[in-house]
Amino acid sequence: MMKQEEQSHDEQDMESLLLDDPSSTTTNLHLQPPQPVTFPDSHPLQSPKSPSFNSFLDPPSYADAIFTSFDTTTSATTTSSSNFPNPHSPDSSSLQPGSESDYLLISVSDPHKEQELATSLVPGGNTYYTYLITTRTNLPEFGGPGSEFTVRRRFRDVVTLSDRLSETYRGYFIPVRPDKSTVESQVMQKNEFVEQRRVALEKYLRKLGMHPVIRKSEELRLFLEVRGKLPLVKSTDVASRMLDGAVKLPRQLFGGEAVAVVGGAELSEVAQPAKGGRDLLRIFKELKQSVANDWGGTKPLVMEEDKEFMERKERLVEFEQQLSAVSQQAESLVKSQQDMGETMGELGLAFVKLTKFETEEAIFEAQRVRASDMRNVATAAVKASRLYRELNTQTIKHLDKLHEYLGTMLAVNNAFTDRSSALLTVQTLSSELVSLNSRIEKLEVASSKIFGGDKSRMRKIEDLKEAHRVTENAKTCADREYERIKENNRSELERIDKERHDDFFSMLRGFVVNQAGYAEKMAAVWEKLAEETATYSRQ
Amino acid sequence: MNPSQRSLSGSSQSPRSPSSSQPFLSVSVTDPVKLGNGVQAYISYRVITKTNFPEFQGPEKIVIRRYSDFVWLRDRLFEKYKGIFIPPLPEKSAVEKFRFSAEFIEMRRQALDIFVNRIASHHELQQSEDLRLFLQAEEETMERLRSQETGIFKKKPSDLMQIFKDVQTKVSDVVLGKEKPVEETDPEYEKLKHYIFELENHLAEAQKHAYRLVKRHRELGQSLSDFGKAVKLLGASEGNSLGKAFSELGMKSEALSVKLQKEAQQLLMNFEEPLKDYVRAVQSIKATIAERANAFRRQCELAETMKLKEINLDKLMLIRSEKVGEAEYEYNQLKAESEQATKTFETIVRLMNEEIGRFQEQKTLDMGIAFHEFAKGQARLANGIADAWRSLIPKLEACSPS
Repeated sequence: MMKQEEQSHDEQDMESLLLDDPSSTTTNLHLQPPQPVTFPDSHPLQSPKSPSFNSFLDPPSYADAIFTSFDTTTSATTTSSSNFPNPHSPDSSSLQPGSESDYLLISVSDPHKEQELATSLVPGGNTYYTYLITTRTNLPEFGGPGSEFTVRRRFRDVVTLSDRLSETYRGYFIPVRPDKSTVESQVMQKNEFVEQRRVALEKYLRKLGMHPVIRKSEELRLFLEVRGKLPLVKSTDVASRMLDGAVKLPRQLFGGEAVAVVGGAELSEVAQPAKGGRDLLRIFKELKQSVANDWGGTKPLVMEEDKEFMERKERLVEFEQQLSAVSQQAESLVKSQQDMGETMGELGLAFVKLTKFETEEAIFEAQRVRASDMRNVATAAVKASRLYRELNTQTIKHLDKLHEYLGTMLAVNNAFTDRSSALLTVQTLSSELVSLNSRIEKLEVASSKIFGGDKSRMRKIEDLKEAHRVTENAKTCADREYERIKENNRSELERIDKERHDDFFSMLRGFVVNQAGYAEKMAAVWEKLAEETATYSRQ
Repeated sequence: MNPSQRSLSGSSQSPRSPSSSQPFLSVSVTDPVKLGNGVQAYISYRVITKTNFPEFQGPEKIVIRRYSDFVWLRDRLFEKYKGIFIPPLPEKSAVEKFRFSAEFIEMRRQALDIFVNRIASHHELQQSEDLRLFLQAEEETMERLRSQETGIFKKKPSDLMQIFKDVQTKVSDVVLGKEKPVEETDPEYEKLKHYIFELENHLAEAQKHAYRLVKRHRELGQSLSDFGKAVKLLGASEGNSLGKAFSELGMKSEALSVKLQKEAQQLLMNFEEPLKDYVRAVQSIKATIAERANAFRRQCELAETMKLKEINLDKLMLIRSEKVGEAEYEYNQLKAESEQATKTFETIVRLMNEEIGRFQEQKTLDMGIAFHEFAKGQARLANGIADAWRSLIPKLEACSPS
């Protein structure tokens, strides 16, 4: 019977109704070890045909069910950023590519507000946030088993890391870094923003850590391991070039970054896409080339030939479109589930109030009976409402994979862009060679008509031949780069095809298992109410 | 859903009555048919009466009635049987585009059926001549009766209440020279009034959320359908075993959408409608409360007037005026009226006391049934969902490579 009728708070009203359920609470948000309490409401709803999902985890309290997924194959929940998944548990092995003993675990925590020390016009200075980045690993690149280190980084450092990785690992599907400004609404508080950013950074770094090639990169190692100022330049700073040649670029290299250097450091620039503001001539030339590609009558000398690649790319593009649509519908599904849970809860509350009212004002026995019936309805509705909320939390986690995958597609598109811009460089250099050749020819023909030679023309021919030689070397470099990127694309495509298959299957399974499990629990709640009201049933 | 699921007290269908030679009166409202054209289109119903009451024309009678006929019956009963809680009618106006939707028509038919049966099973109301007219009169007669109604009876009881309140207030103010209207001071009755008014608020809130819950079911159904379609497209573009898995998921999702829409309709008819019915019943009681207040005022007003007339009569008798005869006559008239008013009021009080107990029992039964159907429907839905998803798991395992 209700003992706490004088409580005015609605939530407490709800709780007072559930006195017969000793283990329910609304405030418990953390995982509890299963308590040895016999659950009085346990419904022996075992279907003889197939295993009941309650047997997967039969929680003694609804609080436990809050953060326990029915799907035992998903990774541990991220309730706290400083919790590392146990590297020796079967869960985390699904996170790591490669053997079970390889791990690279990264966490981002402890945002600190810092003051910009350098000159600033504004008194009080610019403030920025730094984050504590903790790494645990046994990878050999990082110093072998049991390594653990922490550094402090700001967002700007992450941008640098991301830029440098895109330069070095062209053609790879490099995870895309979080946006620079993620403030979606003006009213978001600073600490909300910082927390969002912390979560995004952690996700990003973990994704980097999961990429089989990137995780071994020097850039990432420097970022994670080296204390103090980040020892990576913002990007390869190419001095502005002169018209026909290239300037030796001042490269500040730490560690052993291997770059193919053929015939001078300037050739390695060719291995980079043209960057605005610095490579004006190159940009101009490549633009001319791409226009010629699109509008010119003749086909370029070098073309994308890999049919298999083009097919795969097209399929990926279509997949991405459909996935985007599914992602949208998934969002609206989640919202509908949430609304359902909310309304069910409100209905329960309304019946709580009715129960209280009838009990207080009861004159007839019929009223007391009705009050008791209403209390049962309220209890069931409130329980169901909670189940919907939990179901939704889990659903969001599963369907989040869809959004994650859309993020991966961004990385894929970047890699494809790497490929096409490398191709464009090759095409430009090819055209350049052709035009140089024809100029040389013309000059040679013209000068051969003059007896004794034409001093000025001869000099020009020599210059052109020199330019031709340089260009040819550059083209060789560019060819090599293009092939390298193509190979990266190919191996990455294979990698994500397999990963995608596994990821999506586990997502689907998780989603379905979750839905089934919670539906069963809800059926139990309603069947109990049906039993309690069975006296009213008609034949 | 069988309309006789709602409880009926006093009818021969209740387990209390012994054998079939008992007097019985059972009515059913069936066969809604749309008649007329355009703006004047309306729904007509077949009303079938089966009875062995001697007052009736025969053992069975079938007539055609429309909504306004039911309104006529309700108004007449309200007028004649003050003190009895007249069963409520479903609302008159509906949003135009739903007026002829199949679900709305069926819900209204059910509600009308319940309305008539409640009257037929009420031991006093079932003897009403107006009821007999309603159940037996030819259509033309019914039409004539309906159009004879003066404007005042076409109004809702709550409007009636307001009118009476205003009129009586003015009269009693004048007669009694008071500013406040006269009201009963019985504390138990005060409690009852307070209870009824509070109850309406609580019930209305519950009903509002119940209606919203119906909407949520529909929305979730729609989301599942859209989601299923998108997933199916994804499956088609993907091909291979993953694509097949997506397609299966999409199809299941669409199938569940259908289940949800069905359950939404069940929820509307078996849970939300009974709650609405409860609210209407409480509103009907409020109308009776207003009637009681009027009767009380009238009684007081007449008693006061009678006293004044008595004083006047004594005065006249003292001075041996020839007006004595007239005054005496008037006084006797007034006395009779006053006694009548007192009797009316006391009848109302007595009836209400009986009715309230019956009302509480009735409602506990009605709500119990509604709750049971609600629970069964939700359990059915949840089990259906669980089964559907569960059946997908082996298919997923079959498609999975690992």
